[in-house]
Amino acid sequence: MRQPDSDSFAELDAAPQPASGVHDPRSVGIVETKYLTLFEPPNPLVLANQATLGPITVAYETYGTLNHAKDNAIFVCHALTGDAHMAGRRSSDDRKAGWWDELVGPGKGLDTNRYFIICANVLGGCQGTTGPGNIDPSTGERFGLKFPFITFGDIVAVHSELVRKLGIDKLLAVIGGSVGGMQVLEWAAKFPDQLRAAICLASGPRLSAQGIAFNMVGRRAITSDPNFAQGNYYGDGKGSIINIETGPKLGLALARMVAHITYLSEESIEQKFGRNLQHREQFTYDMSTEVEFKVESYLNYQGQRFVERFDANSYLYLTRAMDYFDLNRDHGELSKALSRTNARFLVVSYTSDWLFTTAQSKQVVAALVKEQKHVTFVELESPFGHDSFLLEVEPLQEMLEPFLSQTHLSAQTR
Amino acid sequence: MATAVTPRKQRRFCMPDPFAVLTDEIIQAQISPGSRVLDLGCGDGRLLQSLRDLHQCQVQGIELDLHELTLAMNRGIPVLQGDLDRGLPLFPDNSFDFAVLSQTLQQVRQPRVIVQEMLRVAKQALVVVPNFAHWRVRWKVGLHGRAPVTSQLPYEWYDTPNLHFMSMHDFRDLAELLKAKVIKELPIIRGRAVEGAWWANLRADSALYVLQRSEVV
Repeated sequence: MRQPDSDSFAELDAAPQPASGVHDPRSVGIVETKYLTLFEPPNPLVLANQATLGPITVAYETYGTLNHAKDNAIFVCHALTGDAHMAGRRSSDDRKAGWWDELVGPGKGLDTNRYFIICANVLGGCQGTTGPGNIDPSTGERFGLKFPFITFGDIVAVHSELVRKLGIDKLLAVIGGSVGGMQVLEWAAKFPDQLRAAICLASGPRLSAQGIAFNMVGRRAITSDPNFAQGNYYGDGKGSIINIETGPKLGLALARMVAHITYLSEESIEQKFGRNLQHREQFTYDMSTEVEFKVESYLNYQGQRFVERFDANSYLYLTRAMDYFDLNRDHGELSKALSRTNARFLVVSYTSDWLFTTAQSKQVVAALVKEQKHVTFVELESPFGHDSFLLEVEPLQEMLEPFLSQTHLSAQTR
Repeated sequence: MATAVTPRKQRRFCMPDPFAVLTDEIIQAQISPGSRVLDLGCGDGRLLQSLRDLHQCQVQGIELDLHELTLAMNRGIPVLQGDLDRGLPLFPDNSFDFAVLSQTLQQVRQPRVIVQEMLRVAKQALVVVPNFAHWRVRWKVGLHGRAPVTSQLPYEWYDTPNLHFMSMHDFRDLAELLKAKVIKELPIIRGRAVEGAWWANLRADSALYVLQRSEVV
């Protein structure tokens, strides 16, 4: 089990691992992000709010090989601020592997010897897929807040189209944790025949009011930063999406710090930092000392790292999409949302997760049971809070192995 | 965690695996093909696998132990991790044809509640209970003045998952209390179902009951 030194949704900030000078037989090796343009004119994507958007570029990575029958493809939905780079390294001297490298590779939970794994950056994101930081082709300027309002339904519609474009009629499974798990559920509701299995980790059918409250504080931190400038903070518009100099870096870092606390647990913070002081043995008794405790230093660090890789506008759009996500509301009843699919479900919650509680996962399970679906549910013991789904790789692997191979078997014998 | 005691020189008869298989066969014989079946405490999913593969049943298991649950997943059985002591809150009324509880009733805290729950979620409840009024148990208590370790449940009193010790007569009392109709009572003697056995409460190691809510016909 890995220590909770990585930063949660941040995936990318996983602890640096030694560069793989020696070939690691359990790694997918050197990988490359690929790009595909979808919804080109005259066929733009019609969004939930009836606006249209297109063309849409999607950044994605694949690992393993699609078999002849094309029945071994698994799509991974990343969490709020993740990206398509979930496994392997970008070059031989890359210090860090992808965000879920421990789960993806030869012989691992998502076994690349057997399965073809796809991971794509979400619509509205800032790591290769079209989002508010990209150029609006109709104006030649960056979208900023002119980017259309998007929902998880829209995000999944883009994923779904990517899968079709890759020549895959039916996925063996769609898997995701947290906001990724919401996408999994949305997928089963919106494209019920496109998946044989749905794996939903540390998630729920809708965000709790408490979750909405935390998201609101994060957004307010960004929009009240003097650098926010109504979302037009990209400078001359020629550089990268991430422009630390001109962007609302203080607000974005603050948003991240608040969110990060929700990914941990009282116990994991206590274990990792306790009340330990950062620089000295004694209190300074000085209000100008900003960082006195270790936990403060940690949050500062997480905030700083985040602004180096994430666009504030994307954060606004994606957290709002998260707030809106509500399968009960969209379909009248959760069970109705999940009634049309014949996919097998694996639902996993974690004991110390207070952002997406076991009770929320159980709502999904109860709806599936009501609809007489093939559902397996497990609540795993873990002290790491919401982050557990990224950290508790071993128990997850032990369940994925039989679940995926049995699903694959049933697909072949059908 | 309760562990089975190691064999000592005294004569005992434990419940080996073949007996479990036999019990599974007796249970399967009571279930009509194509039924929807819920197995409470399904373990490694063996019973549900046969019901699915040989009797075309639609199955669902409940199991608390993660290791057992993983074994059931290996058989492609859908399982919900859950504690029977908390009832069956995820299941709507009448959502199964059969709810099965095999050799577990004596281990739950509230046997009455769980049987009631089974009768709520399923048309028929199929319960296999150990019979602690078996003559060997009586012999052990009566002559040796010892708690019954010689039953088919080989645990010492201080280290046992068995919280309740019931007999066939006792189980009938519970059925009556719950106003459940006893559709069938099958004494199991050395792994064989012996319908209408003489002196069953003395001779049976366990017994299978099929119960039904009295208002359902």
